[in-house]
Amino acid sequence: MNFDKELDARGLNCPLPILRTKKSLGELTSGQVLKVSSTDPGSVKDMQAFAKQTGNELVASSENRGEYVFLLRKH
Amino acid sequence: METKRMALIATKGTLDWAYPPFILASTAAALGYEVQIFFTFYGLQLLKKDLSDLKVSPLGNPGMPMKLPFGPKWLKSMNLNIPNSVQSLVPGFESIATSLMKRTIANTGVASIQDLRSLCMEADVKMIACQMTVSLFNMEHSDFLDDIEYGGAATFFEFAGDTDICLFI
Repeated sequence: MNFDKELDARGLNCPLPILRTKKSLGELTSGQVLKVSSTDPGSVKDMQAFAKQTGNELVASSENRGEYVFLLRKH
Repeated sequence: METKRMALIATKGTLDWAYPPFILASTAAALGYEVQIFFTFYGLQLLKKDLSDLKVSPLGNPGMPMKLPFGPKWLKSMNLNIPNSVQSLVPGFESIATSLMKRTIANTGVASIQDLRSLCMEADVKMIACQMTVSLFNMEHSDFLDDIEYGGAATFFEFAGDTDICLFI
C-alpha cells in the first residue's frame, strides 16, 4: 500500500514510538497515510489504542521477524 | 468532543520513579489530553534545571533486578543479589548502580528523563512546583526550570477537580 510519509521508530521503546507517530501525523493532511516501523513489541497494542483514541485509522498492522509495520490514515 | 484532562501528583525524586509521571504525561498529551503535573516533596527534583543528580538506589529495594548492561549473555541475564549490608558499606554504590541503570536505559531504547521532560514541555504539559516544599527544603527558584509555576494544594485542586484521570505517583 502507498504511504505519504515514513517513520522509523525501530530501536525505540515506550512511549517514544507513539510520541513520534503523533508528531509525524501532525505533518500530514487529513486522509494521508503514515508508515511506522517499530521493534517494540508493546507498540502493537499501543498503536491500536492510539488510533482508537485519536480517531486516526489503523489501516494495517503486520509483523515480520520482530519488526512491526503500521499504516495509519490521518483523521 | 470535549478535551479530556489528566492531573498527576509527582512525589518521588529518584531516576526510576521519574519515569511514570513523564511517560504518562507525554503519552496523554499525544492522545489529546490537557495535562498538569503537581510536583511536591522529592518530586521537585524532577523540575531541577540539572537532572544529572537523579539516582536510583537498589538499597532496600528487593524488586529491583541487578543486572549488568554489558558482557556475555549469560552474565547479562544473571541477577546479582548483593545483600543490603554490603550495598550500604560500599562507598558510591548508588552512583555505580545509577550509571549501570543509565547504560541499560540507553541500550534498550528507553528515552532519557531529560528527553521525556522536554517532550512534555513541547506538548504544553503544565508543571507546577509546590511552593511549600520549596520553602521547607530551602530551595531556590533559580534551581528550577523557568517555564513552571509555583502554587499550593488549592492550585492543584483548581485543575484536578475537573479531570478525567487523577493519579498520585
